[in-house]
Amino acid sequence: MAAEKRVVFRSGWLPWALLAPQALVIAVFFFWPAGQAVLQSMQQSDAFGTSVEWIGAENFRNLLADETYIASFRTTAVFSILVAVFGIGISLALAVFADRVVKGGTFYKTLLIWPYAVAPAIAGVLWLFMFSPSIGIIAYALRTIGLEWDHLLNGPQAMALIVMAAVWKQISYNFLFFLAGLQSIPKSLIEAAAIDGARPWRRFWSIQFPLLSPTTFFLLVINVVYAFFDTFGIVDAATQGGPGKETSILVYKVYYDGFKALDLGGSAAQSVVLMVIVIALTVAQFRFVEKKVNY
Amino acid sequence: MVERRPSLGILAHAVLIIGVLVVAFPIYIAFVASTHTAEDIVQVPMPMLPGAHLLSNYHDALVGGTVGAGSKASVGRMMWVSLMMALMITIGKIAISLLSAFAIVYFRFRFRQFFFWAIFVTLMLPVEVRILPTYKVIADLGMLNSFTGLTIPLIASATATFLFRQFFLTVPDELVEAARIDGAGPMRFFIDVLVPLSATSIAALFVIQFIYGWNQYLWPLLVTTDETMYPVVIGIKRMIAGGDAQNQWNLVMATAMLAMIPPALVVILMQKWFVKGLVDTEK
Repeated sequence: MAAEKRVVFRSGWLPWALLAPQALVIAVFFFWPAGQAVLQSMQQSDAFGTSVEWIGAENFRNLLADETYIASFRTTAVFSILVAVFGIGISLALAVFADRVVKGGTFYKTLLIWPYAVAPAIAGVLWLFMFSPSIGIIAYALRTIGLEWDHLLNGPQAMALIVMAAVWKQISYNFLFFLAGLQSIPKSLIEAAAIDGARPWRRFWSIQFPLLSPTTFFLLVINVVYAFFDTFGIVDAATQGGPGKETSILVYKVYYDGFKALDLGGSAAQSVVLMVIVIALTVAQFRFVEKKVNY
Repeated sequence: MVERRPSLGILAHAVLIIGVLVVAFPIYIAFVASTHTAEDIVQVPMPMLPGAHLLSNYHDALVGGTVGAGSKASVGRMMWVSLMMALMITIGKIAISLLSAFAIVYFRFRFRQFFFWAIFVTLMLPVEVRILPTYKVIADLGMLNSFTGLTIPLIASATATFLFRQFFLTVPDELVEAARIDGAGPMRFFIDVLVPLSATSIAALFVIQFIYGWNQYLWPLLVTTDETMYPVVIGIKRMIAGGDAQNQWNLVMATAMLAMIPPALVVILMQKWFVKGLVDTEK
């Protein structure tokens, strides 16, 4: 943040006028509601909003004592680990091979990046359709090889469904960053290793993979953020958190408890917990950005 | 490629082709389903080749169906709502971010750092973590079921502001001095020099933010209760309200195809800006 302009304009009111639209939007729609969430998380109000009682940390204590909330945390952890591991693994493999092909690299790239444009909710609907127990084409194929697919009853299958939809949508993003990372590795390093007799497999693990580690770490954070916050549409369209609460990730639960179950204090406390998670993830991301320069 | 290894070359193409096919498969199924009648699709297994009802299905979807269990609103209207929403979010974000970045870089005033950090902190407050109170603000302001309610809470943008700030810092000071000597005031300099110079960044941001706006789900789900204000992403969710047998899957899939076409076209046709936008917004 040290960079400054030497030459500036002078005006008493103009900078304020220029900042006014953005300042107004963030004050009214970001800071005010966030403050409200923090306040409400320490209050208890009845269903009609007529009486408000100050209860301090009790909402948080209730939350931590709530089995379903802990279960939702576990669900979110499993979900984000699966999405990050599969999303990163598959796109790394594709990027390594796309970096290798001499002809058709751009062609493959174009055909791999467009799922980024698909809305999470649409991705959820597409995968739901393919895996629908009664009419889905893949559910049918699985049945013919002896695997009964019913994500409406089977929790792990429901989890598998949202993981597949989420990974499918995220591959393009990871792929682009891995490809850019691979292309920025100096060719001379790889040639030197080849002359020393290192085969492609060895070269990948000893040179390319270590040099990609900043990209991999960056994508790890981004994928976890994605799995936590940007997959609401997938869950809502494909499973609605079901069966039971088996795929109710934290963001889905905060929505459900606030808008369907109308538990204001509990929902606000969940919001505050989520805020803490976002802050931690953002800090992790920015610390990485500072380190990125020296590799 | 470092050395010739035909076997590895073939393997690379094979892996990539499989990757492309797997990625494209859900879309192919959606397309096939959108060309059959609802009765054909609920046959198990559904047909794997396109049928003869392409035009009638898309026509029915765009106009709005009359049968089926879910929502019957016209997809044409939804596409219009989505387009307006995406454009308003995109243009709004770019406009207010350009202005704030200009103020922060080119002026010295009290609380400058404070504003900078205030904008930065919004990165840590996505809609998902403050949904209920934000909904209440919109409801109190009477902005439910309106374009302003749909878009204005989403147009604040820390990433766009930073991107423009970074870019403005690289603009040579000599340009400001030259503009001053020529008698241009700050707004003149902003409109005639700074904005044209930022065209590349604006194009890259436009692509990313258009996709972001078009694909919004949680926020429209909360603030729109009126069918005429559903964006297409919400509309499609409302169409699958019934069970497997009652859903008009052919129309649902036609709607899904229609909902994917605009952002997919933007990504494919503006690929260069898209990649630049993705990389820039993560810095």
